[in-house]
Amino acid sequence: MRYRLRGIALHAALVLALLVFMFPFLWTIIMASNTTADIYRFPPKFTFGGHFGDNVRHVLDNVAFFQSMANTATVAISTTLLVLFFDSLAAFTFAKFRFPGRNALFVVLLATMLLPAQLAAVPQFQTMALLGWVGSLKALIIPGAANAFGIFWMRQYFQNSIHDELIEAATLDGCGFFGTYWHVALPSARPALAFLGIFTFVGSWNDYMWPLIVLTNPDHVTLQVALSTLNRSHGVDYSMVMTGALMAMVPLVIIFGIFARQFIKGATEGAVRG
Amino acid sequence: MTSTATVSAAATEPLAGRGQRPRRGIWSYWRFYLALSPFYVLFAVFGLYPMVSTIVLAFQRWDGLSARRFTGLDNFAFLIQDPTFWTALENTVVLFFMSTVPTLVLALLLAVMLQSAVRFTNVYRIAYFIPNVTSLVAMAIFFSSIFSTNFGLVNAALRSLGIPQQDWLGQPWGIKIAISTMIVWQWVGYNTLIYLAGLQAIPKDQYEAAKVDGAGAVRTFFSITLPQLRPVVLFTVIMSTIGGLQTFTEPQVMVGNSGGTGQSGMTVVLFFYRAAFLDNDYGYAAAIALSIFVLVLLFTAINWRIFRGRGEDR
Repeated sequence: MRYRLRGIALHAALVLALLVFMFPFLWTIIMASNTTADIYRFPPKFTFGGHFGDNVRHVLDNVAFFQSMANTATVAISTTLLVLFFDSLAAFTFAKFRFPGRNALFVVLLATMLLPAQLAAVPQFQTMALLGWVGSLKALIIPGAANAFGIFWMRQYFQNSIHDELIEAATLDGCGFFGTYWHVALPSARPALAFLGIFTFVGSWNDYMWPLIVLTNPDHVTLQVALSTLNRSHGVDYSMVMTGALMAMVPLVIIFGIFARQFIKGATEGAVRG
Repeated sequence: MTSTATVSAAATEPLAGRGQRPRRGIWSYWRFYLALSPFYVLFAVFGLYPMVSTIVLAFQRWDGLSARRFTGLDNFAFLIQDPTFWTALENTVVLFFMSTVPTLVLALLLAVMLQSAVRFTNVYRIAYFIPNVTSLVAMAIFFSSIFSTNFGLVNAALRSLGIPQQDWLGQPWGIKIAISTMIVWQWVGYNTLIYLAGLQAIPKDQYEAAKVDGAGAVRTFFSITLPQLRPVVLFTVIMSTIGGLQTFTEPQVMVGNSGGTGQSGMTVVLFFYRAAFLDNDYGYAAAIALSIFVLVLLFTAINWRIFRGRGEDR
């Protein structure tokens, strides 16, 4: 009986924490489905209302929502695909082959992870200006197309999951270097690729400071920048602004929902091993 | 077929072995270098080059249009006399403590509870993690709405308890509370999962030995769980430090580029952003960027010493 009570108390505390974590999403939906006047009443309205459609229309009237969502999706999808390809190819090379300078190159790779991004922001903007990429989505996609973290992450995976005999066998079957990567390494690395893919996608989707700096044309911004603009110019209409926030989160929540288990497993592995 | 032969020679070479290697020209490895090149080329163009020019720029004065002028240590001299810099530094450190300490304590508490729970653990884990993958901008707007003075949910709750409403986003401490509440909400779940994974890696027989010795739950926690968890705690502290010193989106969205009342939401990265991209004072911004880098190194070294140092005393 005592154990039973303890179990109930335990789950009560865990559920309470769950409600606290979920509350902002719930309240966002409540705000998005009511008018700002309803939300501003005292006591506030805690139930869903019927104004979601109106709020969505207001969002669409005030910012180029679909355009900025398309921009964000373009950036996030291309960055993710490029990162998955370049990082896994480099990681496979590091994990399974010997060549002069391998260790030195790997040390350089690790060292780059310690450098904060802000250190590069000003000259990076100048580089973009020089290349004529200011205001273009290329300025977001290309610099992020390969990264040290992903290479490091995939390398750990390849080292543990692919036996050298497998590579030998592929070579005997006539697979070249790239063929071995494509037909042997990639298919075996799906869990690691899934984690890196989600991680990159979410990071790219939510990136704020760099798009704010480099996307100078208000018609070509990403979702996060559009959202902050909406907040700045219509901050009094919270229902409408929160509808925009909700709309900006939906794709992420769906993607996270599909891959949640995989992602959580991956996210915690690095910390415990290290 | 020479190419296949080259690849097979490399591929079948034992990785761990120290035996004789066939001597080959460096060009025969071109595939490997080609495979590695995207990262290194991108890093050289968009990482290394900008970082080196940041260092050069920090000793110059430049508005982005007229010619660059070498000014020696002027930017740094100005920086240490700039009250906004010290405000930003103080805010960043205060916000770091106000958000990191509650985050890590709550995360540890939740992780210990989650470890004793048998059912629904996956549901909890996924739900706790969701705040970490949602839009920072959207949630910054959300938190500024619930902390708003006349209509915010926080003040509505206070009023219903008979406590007078507060001007949260109009007061220095209120701004800090709003920002750190958001950071705590976003990062507790992430750290909980990391602690949970760390807890599950502790060998069970240690707990059994403690039980045999008659140690209670609290005693067991402080003499077995916490010491064993030290590397994981170090990891979370370092990650929080790096993240905390780069706080930008929360204050920028909640209180704007000015940093709000009394500049109490001004962080070093927001200060940097303003100098570079609003004031076009690029040399000065570069000096700020270098100071952020030094700060990150310093804090990481301090954390490392605290947590490593104790471990070696034992």
